[in-house]
Amino acid sequence: MRLVLRTLWWSVALFVLLWVAVLVSAAIGSVRLDIPTVARATLNTIAVPASISLESTSAGIGSLRTTVPVPDITYRSVFSFEVANSDQAIVGTLRLPRIALAALVGFALATAGTVMQGFFRNPMADPSIIGVSSGAAVGAVATIVFPLTMPFGLQTAAFAGGLITAFAVYLIATENGRTPVATLLLAGVAIQAFLSAVISYMMLRAGDSLEQVVLWLMGNLRNSQWSEVEATVPLVVGLFLILLAYSRDMNVLLLGEEDAQALGIEVERTKKLLLAGSAVITAAAVAVAGVIGFVGLIVPHMMRLLVGPDHRILLPTSALAGAIFLVVADTIARSGPAVVPVGIITATVGAPFFLFLLRRREVHEL
Amino acid sequence: MISLDGVSVSFGDVSVLENISLSVEAGEFVGLVGPNGAGKTTVLRTLNGVLGADSGRITVAGKQVGECSAKELSQAVATVPQNTHVGFSFTAEQIVEMGRTPHRSRLDWSDDIGPVEEAMAQTDTLSLRDRAVDSLSGGERQRVLLARALAQNPAVLLLDEPTASLDINHQIQVLELVTDVVGGERTAIAAIHDLDLAARFCDRLVLLADGGIRAEGSPEAVLSSLALDEAFGIETAISENPVTGTPAVSAIHDRPTQSRRVHVVGGGPGATVAIRTLWRAGYEVTLGVVPAGDVSASLAAQLGIPTVTAPAFTEPGPAVQQEAARLSEAADVVVITDGPGATYNADSTTAKQVYADLGGAGPRMARVDGGDQSVVTTPSELRETINTVLES
Repeated sequence: MRLVLRTLWWSVALFVLLWVAVLVSAAIGSVRLDIPTVARATLNTIAVPASISLESTSAGIGSLRTTVPVPDITYRSVFSFEVANSDQAIVGTLRLPRIALAALVGFALATAGTVMQGFFRNPMADPSIIGVSSGAAVGAVATIVFPLTMPFGLQTAAFAGGLITAFAVYLIATENGRTPVATLLLAGVAIQAFLSAVISYMMLRAGDSLEQVVLWLMGNLRNSQWSEVEATVPLVVGLFLILLAYSRDMNVLLLGEEDAQALGIEVERTKKLLLAGSAVITAAAVAVAGVIGFVGLIVPHMMRLLVGPDHRILLPTSALAGAIFLVVADTIARSGPAVVPVGIITATVGAPFFLFLLRRREVHEL
Repeated sequence: MISLDGVSVSFGDVSVLENISLSVEAGEFVGLVGPNGAGKTTVLRTLNGVLGADSGRITVAGKQVGECSAKELSQAVATVPQNTHVGFSFTAEQIVEMGRTPHRSRLDWSDDIGPVEEAMAQTDTLSLRDRAVDSLSGGERQRVLLARALAQNPAVLLLDEPTASLDINHQIQVLELVTDVVGGERTAIAAIHDLDLAARFCDRLVLLADGGIRAEGSPEAVLSSLALDEAFGIETAISENPVTGTPAVSAIHDRPTQSRRVHVVGGGPGATVAIRTLWRAGYEVTLGVVPAGDVSASLAAQLGIPTVTAPAFTEPGPAVQQEAARLSEAADVVVITDGPGATYNADSTTAKQVYADLGGAGPRMARVDGGDQSVVTTPSELRETINTVLES
């Protein structure tokens, strides 16, 4: 049980660290709060589903409207500690949704980054490598720049754009039912270059909305809502669990595809699943937070230094470390002298750290 | 245990294996030999399900390859790859543990240390268990990969050039390990390009060339067959390894052909040097009289050189002498070397003669064409002198 115990210890430690980061982050801001108040307000915010009912909602594209049943969940608070109303509002409705979303996005990006680095056997692989981020950016920027032509909201457009791009890259790189990893990588690079040209053109035509576009492209957690957290949690957690179940397969795939096949892995099927899983989890993260770089690149490298290359321990610890990293980075982003997009913080911290790893020879030929 | 029945494999338009049929019994260690590109590795990749066959039936350990899942097949068939570059620094033990993958369910993360330790003990890799696999030497890594395959507890072990990058010590170590674990119900097939090693360790050899089986049988039979020369497109000579008694193959490169005949008189080391030198230079060589069992006689037999022998320690009879005289008279040059046969017919008169002392510390005397005297003590001098004699 050595591995399971080690995984549990690391996960529990990182989970505790994540809560510390969340509480400290919630205390920091234009109004300084003390930690006990924040802790009480945070506990007050925790709610469990009390009842679920199906409600019909009208949905559709353009003039095609239909009613679909949507589950309507009412929540009930578990705790009710004494906290001043204003403090409760600051923590519960202003800061916590943003912190929760940062944690969720960091969790998702680090998960996808770990999977992609293993999948591509390449230290430079990150979640955006198969074009998910660029595709999502095209969808999001199009919604911002040409709001009238897009029938969906920004998140939906970004999510769909990311998935369509990933699927297109996959189709381009697939021949006779096989998807060579190198072809996939190159197809991803080419598609990314093409899409960034599209984005640049749209930015030229953006006019007054240019600032909004730039903020989104640099990663934006401003005005985060609980509804975004609620929509993203099941997707991210569900996909993480599926990918975690395949962590042994990822280890074996690192030996090369032929060895993996000889060790009983259905290589092409597993590759498809890993690719789809990390594409969806990345698209979900990018849709709610914009393009945030370096989380998916450096967090897995950092954790590999600490826990080793076995994905059964690397994947959960990277995911939690990604959550901590983005919570901290976003706290810095919103509490500095000037408010900057979180993507700027992750890049300024991430790039030097990656270079440090490069010098330490952690990141070399794989 | 393994059967291939009319199997053809192609990469795109290029046919790699054509209608191969082969069957291997349980407990056998079969070596696949043949030139580069003959399809040895392809046979292994077809057996472990990495490549799909265009036609034919492949059955391994009662499972039909292509019909059963990768997991099911890998419970019975393990592959030791030729060269595995492992990304990220897994430890040797983690690599061996991956061999347990076919026997574990996806969500079962509990330790499975028993079979892993057993496989590592068998391959003498327990001392490497915590070393990063990319820090191991080639020989150590090969043993770890063998341990990984053994951890699969396979009925069939496939080895792709298991000795390719190893020094002679580790080559022997690895192959001895394989012969140790093969037997009973466990069968092994190895693609080996070193013919001598294949002959020494395998029960049976299968010679592949141009995508087909050219010869099959005991190592002696396969290596001495003409098919071997055809497969490699080169002349080969077979001798017996003096230590192991197994066949050893020597390839002879670019032997020129000369129509001139040279007869060698005298035996022992001196004569073997002369024979080798002249044969390589492309002359038609004959030998005799030499005592039966002399080193020069066995070399002549390997090279297919006509030889006249007489029982050791006896005067050759008149028939034998006559036969030797016939050979020496038919020759353009007679080379007389210092050795046990020299006294038998040193006074052959018809051919031009070269006296050569190539054997050791004896008197260094050479006489050419009955008259000129020059010292012929090295193979190159011998070659030059014979050239001169033949030109004049």
